[in-house]
Amino acid sequence: MAAHRRSTDDPVWAKVLIIGLVLLFLGLVLVLPLAAVFAEALRKGLQPALEAISNPDALAAVKLTLLTAAITVPFNVVFGLCAAWAVAKHDFAGKSLLITLIDLPFSVSPVVAGLIYVLVFGLQGWFGERLIDHDIKIIFAVPGIVLATIFVTFPFIARELIPLMQEQGVSEEEAAVSMGASGLYTFWRVTAPNVRWGLLYGVLLCNARAMGEFGAVSVVSGHIRGLTNTMPLHVEILYNEYDFVGAFAVAALLCLLAIVTLVLKTALEVAQPAVRGRSGH
Amino acid sequence: MTISIRSVEKKFGRYPALNKVGLEIADGELLALLGPSGSGKTTLLRVIAGLEFPDAGQVLFHDQDVTFASAAARRVGFVFQQYALFKHMTVAKNIAFGLDVRKGKDKPSKVEITRRVDELLRLVELEGLGGRYPSQLSGGQRQRVALSRALAVQPSVLLLDEPFGALDATVRKSLRKELRRVHDATGVTTIFVTHDQEEALDLADRVAILNQGVIEQVGTPEQVHDHPVSPFVCGFVGESNRFEGVVSGGRFTSGSVFLPATGLADGPAVAFARPHDFSLDGSGFEVRVNRVHIQGALAHVDAETADGRRIDVVTSRDQAEHFTGTVRLAARKAHVFPA
Repeated sequence: MAAHRRSTDDPVWAKVLIIGLVLLFLGLVLVLPLAAVFAEALRKGLQPALEAISNPDALAAVKLTLLTAAITVPFNVVFGLCAAWAVAKHDFAGKSLLITLIDLPFSVSPVVAGLIYVLVFGLQGWFGERLIDHDIKIIFAVPGIVLATIFVTFPFIARELIPLMQEQGVSEEEAAVSMGASGLYTFWRVTAPNVRWGLLYGVLLCNARAMGEFGAVSVVSGHIRGLTNTMPLHVEILYNEYDFVGAFAVAALLCLLAIVTLVLKTALEVAQPAVRGRSGH
Repeated sequence: MTISIRSVEKKFGRYPALNKVGLEIADGELLALLGPSGSGKTTLLRVIAGLEFPDAGQVLFHDQDVTFASAAARRVGFVFQQYALFKHMTVAKNIAFGLDVRKGKDKPSKVEITRRVDELLRLVELEGLGGRYPSQLSGGQRQRVALSRALAVQPSVLLLDEPFGALDATVRKSLRKELRRVHDATGVTTIFVTHDQEEALDLADRVAILNQGVIEQVGTPEQVHDHPVSPFVCGFVGESNRFEGVVSGGRFTSGSVFLPATGLADGPAVAFARPHDFSLDGSGFEVRVNRVHIQGALAHVDAETADGRRIDVVTSRDQAEHFTGTVRLAARKAHVFPA
C-alpha cells in the first residue's frame, strides 16, 4: 500500500538522491575514518593494542583525561545552571552581553583559548612571578589543563538549558513562591525537575568534549609524559614517534569512550522522547 | 478581606502599565478586571498578588500596608493563565504543594494534608484523579486543579489571570458557573482578569474596566452596561452602534441619523446606541434593511442609511416581519459624549 502523500513530499528520485548523498558523505568522512582507527589499532592483533593501552604512560593519560572530565563536568553543571537561571528567569542590564560571552568559547579557536591561559598564568604572564613565588604551577600542569578544558566546554550545558528554561517561563516558579516556597526549595522541587533531561544531555555533550579536547590542552600541557598528557595528546605523541599501533589503540579507546557517551545519550532520548523536541536540537 | 489600591503606578521601561490606579474591593466580593490586552489589568492583578511591585502608590489588605510584602506573606491564591501546574507532580502533590512547603508547627500532618486535598478535589469535582499527572488531564480539569491548588493554602484572596482563556466555549461556560459556586461556598474575596466582557458581566459582582493603565469605571454589570461613564466603556461593554456628529438643541445628529441627547450642551459629540434600543418608529430616520437573521428568540437586522452608514438592530423575533424594504428607526436612548 502506498504511504500517505503529503504536500511537502518530494519526488522519489529527489528523496533517493538526497538521502544517498547524506549517507555517502557520512560514510566517507565519519564511518570510514572511525573504522580505520579500529582497523589500524588491531592490525598486528589484539595483543600489541592491549599492550599499548596498558603502558604506564598511556594509563596515566587515561587517568588524567578522566580526572579532567570529572572536574570539568561538575563545574560546568553549576556554571551552566547559574547562567541559564540568570538569563532565562531574570531581566538585568548586560544580559545580552552575558549571552554573547557564554558563546565566546565556540567562536574562539581552542588554541587561542590555551594561549590566553599561558599569557595569564605562564612564566612571562601577568601572574607568572607571583605564582612562582608561591610555588603554584598552573601552566604545564594539571590545573592549566583543567582550566583550558573548562573554558572550551562551558557553553555546552548553559546553551542546552537557556532555550529550555526560556520556553518554560517563570510561572511555575511564581506559583511555587506565591505558595510560600523558598528560592532553594523552588529550584530543587520545580525548576530542576523541569530541566533534568536537558541538563543530562548537556552533561553528556560537555563530557564528550572535555575528554576529547586537543587544541587548548595542547598549548597549556607541555606534553610531559605520564604527567600532563591527556589521551588526545598521547595519541599525537605516539603517532609522531611512528608508533602507529599504539597511537591507534589509544585513539580507539578514546573513540570507545565517546561512543559510550553517545549511546547513553541515544538511550536517554529513547526513554524520554520529549527531550529532543524540547532541547531544540 | 477588604483590599484597597491607592494611586498605584507601574512602568515597564518607559511604558506606563498602571497610571494612578485606585480601587476598593469589599470583603467576599467577586470582582472582574476587564479590559483589552495591554490595558494593565494583568499588571494590576500581579501587583495585588505581590508578584509585581508598584513604582508608587499603596496596596492595603485589611488596612494593613502590604505594598512590598511577598505573595506568600499576603497569603494569596493565584491561578495562572496557563495554570503553571508542576508537570512532574501528581494532581494531589500539586494541590498539597502550598501545605508541603510549610515548616515546623505550621505544617499540617500528612493525614491532615491528605484530608484537605481530598476535600478540595471534591469541591472541584475531581475525586479519584489525585494520582494523575497534569499531562493526563483535559484543559478544564487542569484549570480545576489550579483552582484547588490556589485554595489549598486557604488564601485571604483568590486571584485568577484569564482563568478561562485557554478553554473552548462549552467548558468555559461550565467552569464559569463552577467558579461562582466555589466562590459562594468559600466566601473568599476573588479577583479575576478577563478580556471577555460577557464573562465579566456574567460572573462578577462588580466589574472594573481598564483602558491604557487607567480604571475607566467600576460598577455592577448593570451599571457599566446601562450607564457607561466614558466612550471607551460604552464601546467596550456590550454591543453598540457608534456615530460621530453634533449635538444641537437636545438632539444628536450624524448625517441622516438622529438620536436623543436631552440636556446636553451643543457641540461636536460621539454617540453610542445599543442595537436593542432601536425600534420601528414613524417619526424616526430612514434606513434600508439589508438582511434579517433569526437567532433563537431574537432577530438581528442589518440596516443601512441612505448615506451608507451601517446600523445593527436587535429586535424580538415576532417583530422581524416588519423589517423589510425601507423602514424608519428611532432609538429609545443613546449614550452621547462630548467629543
